[in-house]
Amino acid sequence: MITYDTDPSRYAHWRLTFDGPVATLTLDIQEDRGILPGYKLKLNSYDLGVDMELHDAVQRIRFEHPEVKCVVITSGKARMFCSGANIYMLGLSTHAWKVNFCKFTNETRNGLEDSSEHSGLKFLAALNGATAGGGYEMALACDEIAMIDDRSTAVSLPEVPLLGVLPGTGGLTRLVDKRKMRRDLADVFCTTSEGVRAERAQEWKLVDHIAKPQQFAELVKTRAAELAKQSDRPGGQGIALTPLKRKDDEGTKGGYHYTHVDVGIDRDTRVATLTVSAPTGRQPDELEEILTQGARWWPLAMARELDDAILMLRTNDLDIGLWQLKTRGDLAAVLEADAILQKFKDNWFVRETIGMLRRALRRLDVSSRSMFAMLDEGSCFGGLFLELALAADRSFMLKVDDDFARAPKIALSEANFGLYPMNNGLSRIATRFADETAPVTAARAAIGKHLQADQAAELGLVTFTPDELDWDEELRIACEERTALSPDALTGMEASLRFAGSETMDTRIFGRLTAWQNWIFNRPNAVGETGALKVYGTGAKAKFNWERV
Amino acid sequence: MSIDYSEKIPNNVDLSSNKTLQRALEHWQPGFLNWWGEMGPDNTSQAEVYLRTAISVDPKGWAHFDYVKMPDYRWGIFLAPQEAERKINFGEYMGQPAWQEVPGEYRSTLRRIIVTQGDTEPASVEQQRHLGMTCPSLYDMRNLFQVNVEEGRHLWAMVYLLHAHFGRDGREEGEALLERRSGDADNPRILTAFNEKTPDWLSFFMFTFITDRDGKFQLAALAESGFDPLARTCKFMLTEEAHHLFVGESGISRIIQRTCEMMVQHKTDDPAKLRAMGVIDLPTLQKYLNFHYSVTSDLYGAEISSNAASFYTNGLKGRYEETKLGDDHRLDASEYPVLEVVGDKIVARQVPALTALNERLRDDWVKDVQGGIDRWNRVPEKLGIPFRFTLPHKGFHRKIGIFGELHLSPEGKVISEAEWTHKHRDWLPTEEDRAFVQSLMGRVAEPGKFANWISPPARGINSQPIDFEYVRFN
Repeated sequence: MITYDTDPSRYAHWRLTFDGPVATLTLDIQEDRGILPGYKLKLNSYDLGVDMELHDAVQRIRFEHPEVKCVVITSGKARMFCSGANIYMLGLSTHAWKVNFCKFTNETRNGLEDSSEHSGLKFLAALNGATAGGGYEMALACDEIAMIDDRSTAVSLPEVPLLGVLPGTGGLTRLVDKRKMRRDLADVFCTTSEGVRAERAQEWKLVDHIAKPQQFAELVKTRAAELAKQSDRPGGQGIALTPLKRKDDEGTKGGYHYTHVDVGIDRDTRVATLTVSAPTGRQPDELEEILTQGARWWPLAMARELDDAILMLRTNDLDIGLWQLKTRGDLAAVLEADAILQKFKDNWFVRETIGMLRRALRRLDVSSRSMFAMLDEGSCFGGLFLELALAADRSFMLKVDDDFARAPKIALSEANFGLYPMNNGLSRIATRFADETAPVTAARAAIGKHLQADQAAELGLVTFTPDELDWDEELRIACEERTALSPDALTGMEASLRFAGSETMDTRIFGRLTAWQNWIFNRPNAVGETGALKVYGTGAKAKFNWERV
Repeated sequence: MSIDYSEKIPNNVDLSSNKTLQRALEHWQPGFLNWWGEMGPDNTSQAEVYLRTAISVDPKGWAHFDYVKMPDYRWGIFLAPQEAERKINFGEYMGQPAWQEVPGEYRSTLRRIIVTQGDTEPASVEQQRHLGMTCPSLYDMRNLFQVNVEEGRHLWAMVYLLHAHFGRDGREEGEALLERRSGDADNPRILTAFNEKTPDWLSFFMFTFITDRDGKFQLAALAESGFDPLARTCKFMLTEEAHHLFVGESGISRIIQRTCEMMVQHKTDDPAKLRAMGVIDLPTLQKYLNFHYSVTSDLYGAEISSNAASFYTNGLKGRYEETKLGDDHRLDASEYPVLEVVGDKIVARQVPALTALNERLRDDWVKDVQGGIDRWNRVPEKLGIPFRFTLPHKGFHRKIGIFGELHLSPEGKVISEAEWTHKHRDWLPTEEDRAFVQSLMGRVAEPGKFANWISPPARGINSQPIDFEYVRFN
């Protein structure tokens, strides 16, 4: 079983150092410490394990170091910044592993931009050596890129000419979308395996700043300081991210069990039930107490557990094709938690917690699993929790006409209207209604009301409302029906239906670049016996089927 | 609403303790009665009919005879008794326990199969609703109504499956079964043959002889289903279907008998003379046979069918008498001959058996129809008349499948459009033929009396005399 548990004392590949408002993440990959056997992480090339550490490090900076305003990402190796994802690892991996790996690395890079936009945490890529493929894509996710100009170091995206695949971790998209590189120049750049050196790189907008080796350290320092100035991070005492308490259960009825989140897995039916619990007991309503609770504070604790649960399921339970999303607890308690988050949203810690929730919910949106929300008796899909139901592909809400107390209710809160935008920049409600005004306005008018099944259906917030006589059988059949469908077709269908409305760079990365990459990853020209990815490094030449498809 | 369910709705599905089913039926039953009032036998609500009611599935209970007003008929819900540890007997899941619940994967397919079968039941009642006005005897009228109430019960049987196993979707489909109307241009019944008119008693007998026999074969194939409730329901329906076939076969046989008697008596085979005597000449009967046989043949669908193949592979619909067949019950390696037109020749071609299951079921039906034809032919044979009824070629007058785009003569010769236009009047009932048959239809409703164009039956119903008052009017 692969886990995402780590902390700085266990990092093998990154060094995290602090100097006042500037943190430096130094990539110095140990080539023998790949997460799976069979390849060496040469030339500062990464695999999932390296990226798990990066993800953890950024999380630590977010929560444990509110004094950090700018993070410098650089390399500990001489003349080599990063050569991207390890090709031998890709060559050995299953398709599913490659796809999951790319998804996680994409989410981590999007997370850098998310933190820059929402939390004032700026990133500077300091390219102190050769930067290729995924290495350059990591730099692209930073706010600024500084590059050493030593007449030999180049930045490149050599995937197409060298490997027959794409720079799929946002590379193609960010060149033209974010860095506004001209598409013809991007075309040249992406087909030139040796890449371009500093001067031209700057001229073509591939990097922002260049400096000779003697001046490079100074440039980095200056730029980091400049970026730090744009930050409103306040400094002060951080919140320690204590290890998650997760109990792994590997039996046939396996699962992952946390404090507020529980995942039960039925391997026979290939269904996981992900249950998230509302806060219980008195919750802090003052900042001081929230900060004292820190990682124990329910919104953060729940978000971290949910995030981890999603990653565990995605990585370890490929054949569990359907996630049932459930909630348990007191609807009022969830709505109170919403109100507190809303009230203190300008505080750095609360802001980071909201960010964590936003990113965890986005992981759901892009998970290649069917999701059915079960709004059953005892559920509490209000506000933040309603986002789970809105993230699902379908929802089933139990209708109980004659007993108000027992009937499950949902409730909308302000949080449903913009606090947790999806990758497309819209709230889940707005996306649900393809950004049409009338249904969103109607939903907004219902904020705070406890809605039963009929009212929820009327507002278009739930899909089906079976009553108690029908419930078990309807759900059994719906789940069986779903899990019998082609997993590939479902992945494509769900990804297509989940993101209505506007497009953003993120949706283009997940919806276009990733889809093409995953197609190429399946083609003989990449992964066949004589495919480019397979023969890379053997000295043999790739043999292509020349038909354009 | 408090209802004594076992009294009102005879059943062996434990209706009195199944709340889901009760609720569904409470809603559906009034709709059904409205439908019966509106579309059931015309002008008969007060008539007392000597009917057979199934009140249980054991040999004593399934044929309980008494006078009943049809709207009060106790439409019951019966499944053939459960076979202990029944297995799925064919296809991919062969050897696994039969499903007692709908497997989610096949929900929509099974629902479609059940709805398609279910839709034919009320359709035939609608097609036959005016026939009571022109019955050739009380005996025949009673048989018509027996067929009608049993088609109604078959509708109940299908609706039971929808209600018991398909949740909200099933209830909606149950409603829709009451909303479609045979022959309605905007809201027709699903299958074409069930939108044709049954304008006269000859058509009715042909329909019950031929088209209800399609029902028999469809039910028999579904009685093999891996979905046990469907299999058991269809098995019980088959016992009733047999009576419908009897009504058709004996009805035509009695018409033949009457015509042949007149032919012998008046020493003529001239259709005009026979018609003038008020009986239906044998060539006209042959034309009606040609028509009903070909139209019903289309109900089996295209010869090559991927749907039929997947129904079989997935264990949903078997072959006729599947468990008595001695092969691997998977059919991934076997072949079956299907006719094909090459130029103007018709040749048999071997195709994967799995894809030819429609054709196979059609062939089983053809054999069964032929058996009935052979029995009819004994009538002229006994009376020394050389005329023999024959089934037209499989490709004659077809709208669906390989022959759908072609014209074939009854002998199976591919013919041109022009030749078809010229000759089809010799092969299929013309307007004049139908008008003639229609002209014979007049109501005979006195006990023991029969219309001139049909002989009395050999014996009465349930050992009652032929002049028994099978229907009482109040």
